Amino acid sequence: MAKWLLGALFLTAVSAQGPKYKLGRPATPQQIQTTDQFVSPDGKGLPAGKGTAAAGRDIYSRRCARCHGAQGQGDEEAPLVGGKGTLHSPKPLKTVGSYWPYATTIYDYIHRAMPFDNPGLLDANQTYSVVALILHMNGIIGETDEMNAQTLPKVKMPNRDGFVRDTRPDTGKKRK
Amino acid sequence: MPNKRRRSFLQLSGIAALAGCSSPPGAQGDEDKLPSALGRPISAYGERSQHETAKRVVPELKRPQIGSTRTPLAAIEGIITPSSLHFERHHAGVPDLNPETHTLLIHGLVERPLVFSVAELKRLPSASHIYFVECSGNSGGEWKAPGGPTAAAGFGLASCSEWTGVPLQLLLEEAGLKKEGKWLVAEGADACKMSRSLPIEKALDDCLVAYAQNGEAIRPEQGYPLRLVVPGYEGNVNVKWLRQIKVVDQPNQTKDETSKYTDLLADGSSRQFTFLMDAKSVITTPSGGQKLSGPGFQEIRGLAWSGRGVIERVEVSTDAGKTWQRAILQEPRLPKAFTRFRLPWTWDGQPAEIVARATDGTGYVQPTREELVEARGINSAYHYNGLKSWKIAADGSVKNG
Repeated sequence: MAKWLLGALFLTAVSAQGPKYKLGRPATPQQIQTTDQFVSPDGKGLPAGKGTAAAGRDIYSRRCARCHGAQGQGDEEAPLVGGKGTLHSPKPLKTVGSYWPYATTIYDYIHRAMPFDNPGLLDANQTYSVVALILHMNGIIGETDEMNAQTLPKVKMPNRDGFVRDTRPDTGKKRK
Repeated sequence: MPNKRRRSFLQLSGIAALAGCSSPPGAQGDEDKLPSALGRPISAYGERSQHETAKRVVPELKRPQIGSTRTPLAAIEGIITPSSLHFERHHAGVPDLNPETHTLLIHGLVERPLVFSVAELKRLPSASHIYFVECSGNSGGEWKAPGGPTAAAGFGLASCSEWTGVPLQLLLEEAGLKKEGKWLVAEGADACKMSRSLPIEKALDDCLVAYAQNGEAIRPEQGYPLRLVVPGYEGNVNVKWLRQIKVVDQPNQTKDETSKYTDLLADGSSRQFTFLMDAKSVITTPSGGQKLSGPGFQEIRGLAWSGRGVIERVEVSTDAGKTWQRAILQEPRLPKAFTRFRLPWTWDGQPAEIVARATDGTGYVQPTREELVEARGINSAYHYNGLKSWKIAADGSVKNG
């Protein structure tokens, strides 16, 4: 009896954490799968598929080079290549190779936002291939190194340890 | 800021005379006539007077879907920015979203993943608050050289609105937050599906999923039909066209929190997740590009704000920082909102340099450019909040100080 009462009390406590307004529909797994394209730095969210720098050259020249330059030097838009060793100089050059801390971000961003005028155009294999090419152009991986859901999160970016936490206020001495 | 772009700001912002100073009173010559002409009829949606011309400052861009426009700060009064003049910053253009079909998905580390229609969100308990939104790139050009020629050019990536919506905390409680949920990642429905991570403590504090701005539906450029409003945090985290919130255990390291919106320091390291907007102020009248018509009374007006809370005091100097006077602060002073300051002033016709300095409720004092550069170098790009002075020449013209 006492056990039953405790159980009932427990149930009451749990249901108190439940929804209060009961608006909104339960999301179906299908809805979540379609909407959630996030790739996190540990590789969660990376799809099946694979690609190499060699395989990425064709799609890069057709879909990326117009803005980012044939060698990733950045003609009209952000340079993807170069800038190594410049971050502490008077003229820092922030590129994927010199600045980006996580290789997974390259996949996430290309997949969600590129090409600029037609995002979502590239399938998983093409995206892995373009990611591999950008990494290769920066000398981070070899031309035939395969990028996939297992290998990409393991790529250590040159500026991986270049980020620090926000230590402000670093100015604006407090008034007594 | 490259010189070319700075020049285009100059051209676009033009040289504006201070209101009421450009022509002597009564110059129209019709002050003796009694009004008698019939006016235009009633109308369904109001327009401003044909004589008003304040506009956002629009740069020339090769790809106008990526870029920003600036609020003409010198042309607005009080603390509310008209929605039509709220600054813009887009990464892939302004989507045209239908509120009948647009939804918000809340999922990830929650007990009950939920999908809300806009209509359902509007049924829930609502809250209205006045908050500024400021791009952390605002005043970024001042890092290299204090060059913003007008208040708009140097400071116009900041605006302030009354936002109405559902507290994010309520929505997360409806979905049942799991204790492993330490961050969330929010995503917009623009073409690039712009996304940012946010610590769960902030999400549970004062964030809103907003559907209204200044009493009407949020403007398309500001995120229609739904925008995440993150008070006091850099503008980019206030995700527009909000379509999903995923609760996660670590930041997602999205492009806009790694390659952008990180603050490079002189030693080559970069601060990340620099969310808070520090206290800042700018004199908007008189300000760069304006011209005083002659010596005599001229109220000094400006705006101050802090992501850390209220503005406690604003001091104004009219002698290049040698002496300071307390400005009058418009009440009520609201946390994380614009505060209007005013100072009665009589210009003696001599060259003058005017500058304001804000102190917020935490005691933080707006720094000089020199202090900022000493702490961070000149390549930080974001979060510049140094003092801004304007030089008034003997002919009344006001220029960058």
